[in-house]
Amino acid sequence: MDQIFVALKHWLLGQLATILPAWLLPVVSALMSIAAIIGVFATLFAIMTILERKGLGRIQNRYGPNRVGPFGFLQPAADGIKAIIKEDVVPRAADKVVHFLAPVVLVIPALLVYSVLPIGRNMVAIDLDAGLLFFFAVGAASELAVFMAGWSSRNKYALLGAMRAVAQMVSYEIPLILSTISVVMITGTLSPVKIVEAQSTHAGLLPDWFVFTPWGFAGFILFMISANAEANRSPFDLPEGESELVAGYFTEYSGFKFALFFLAEYLGLFAVSGLGITLFLGGWNSPFAALDFVPSWAWFFAKLLGLIVLFIWTRGTLPRLRVDQLMNFAWKFMIPMVLINLVAAAAWHYVGGGFARWFVSGAIVLGSYLLLGRGLFHGKGITKRTYRYAE
Amino acid sequence: MLGEGIIKGMAETARNFLGSYVSDERLTTVQYPEERIPQIENARQFPFLVFDGDDPMKGMRCVACQICEKECPPKCIYIVKSKDKKPDYKNQQQFYPATFDIDLSVCMSCGICAEVCPFESIKMDTEFELSTTDRFGGLLVNKHQLAKSNGHYRKIHPGDAAASDAALAAELAKAQAKAKADVEAKAKAAAEAKAKAAVQPTPAT
Ligand code: SF4
Ligand code: SF4
Repeated sequence: MDQIFVALKHWLLGQLATILPAWLLPVVSALMSIAAIIGVFATLFAIMTILERKGLGRIQNRYGPNRVGPFGFLQPAADGIKAIIKEDVVPRAADKVVHFLAPVVLVIPALLVYSVLPIGRNMVAIDLDAGLLFFFAVGAASELAVFMAGWSSRNKYALLGAMRAVAQMVSYEIPLILSTISVVMITGTLSPVKIVEAQSTHAGLLPDWFVFTPWGFAGFILFMISANAEANRSPFDLPEGESELVAGYFTEYSGFKFALFFLAEYLGLFAVSGLGITLFLGGWNSPFAALDFVPSWAWFFAKLLGLIVLFIWTRGTLPRLRVDQLMNFAWKFMIPMVLINLVAAAAWHYVGGGFARWFVSGAIVLGSYLLLGRGLFHGKGITKRTYRYAE
Repeated sequence: MLGEGIIKGMAETARNFLGSYVSDERLTTVQYPEERIPQIENARQFPFLVFDGDDPMKGMRCVACQICEKECPPKCIYIVKSKDKKPDYKNQQQFYPATFDIDLSVCMSCGICAEVCPFESIKMDTEFELSTTDRFGGLLVNKHQLAKSNGHYRKIHPGDAAASDAALAAELAKAQAKAKADVEAKAKAAAEAKAKAAVQPTPAT
């Protein structure tokens, strides 16, 4: 059961080997992996849109979409058909080529990063030694696409949104990458597959996942916050803040190109969530040895769904930040915190086993969190806001 | 402490999320086409023309004075005055609108037409399901479509309709009193003239 998809692929390739020339086989093998990744994660995108809309609705005491199909679960199909048959409007003043390329350039890196994600035992498209590096290098290309979209639209809102997006994504790229460095320090490898393997043992009750260490926990939280900002999701959705910028950098897109922006955004979100799972949540490992019979890919997707729920939940809870708050948070809290977290990880490694390293590492993380948190509020004079008319 | 508020907020939204499955009272939305909430008394959508009696064209109160046409801010009323006249509820001869069109795609439901009409003849309707596949002809309504009975007005806006009925009744009473007074005055004048004629049978010539 665990290897069913791997076995299926090998069987298919074995069959094809009899009819195809040998040089074509690697290409076919790659195409199969690509098709599987696109199929699975595009489906996940459809599922997430409906889950998100229903979840947000319930959070706001509404029903959410409930008309198309049973309980409204066919809504994504209806949305997809609508997006495809809509007119594709290109502004007259737009830079047509760049305007057309931007959504494509956005989707490609979002898909490329999946090639190094281990979504199950032996289920990784390319087992790169520097997979983590590849992930971030390719993922950073999405900033270019966002700015292409904003610039080529010749629209002030799109340009403002794109500028905000670039500022935000560059600022949060640093904590995103630095928070993963601690894992690299401990495991001593850049390969996602090896990082997952390093977390596959069980120590007593808890599995050896990095999230169950002080530096790992802090790193996970910091990673998720930065991932949220990288994916431009609420509360960091300033680049597309509906109330101020119409839709930000994709204001001038319609029809399926608009849907592509959403697709890329959600694919990027799944990818960083997948990376978070790989780095901190034990990848495709089961939490208890007794549950090892459940296939590894099922664990990966279960964890992914859990993180998706977490993302939806935060989106339903937190209001959008202001630009200065966003930048302050990135440069005055996130970056010092990830740097200190590196020290905590180093302490974990060098203090040696037992209670002492828990204490030292935990104290570093907790103390700096409290101090930095206080520093962030310092001099702001934040009091409980009173409302004159709206009580 | 940093993050305290976030935890509290997450707890609150979780409570909302779970609560909306448990208690239906939390859900404030109405499942519209199947479920409807009664409209409040002052609800208004688009204007209609009130008529009395059974025949919409005969009983139409509008006298084509064109005040509403001039007052309408987006200028969506178009009236052509008739050449002939027809009797109104006071039995006076009045003009009537030969054409009375309202472009509902332009109307902004302000209700100014209803406010300025001195003849209680244009009022605001509560009908809102007016979607059509023809965005030009389908939204341009003529006087036959606009005419609705006074009974309909009483049904949708009982309070306002009562006030309007009372105003019309007062007008009618005043008109009748005036007519009666006129008749009496005429009779009196005639009588006086007769009396005068009787008093002065032969002027000294
Ligand atoms: S409601 Fe306002 S806009 Fe509509 S017809 Fe009357 S005056 Fe004109
Ligand atoms: S609806 Fe009223 S204001 Fe408008 S033309 Fe008729 S009588 Fe005059």
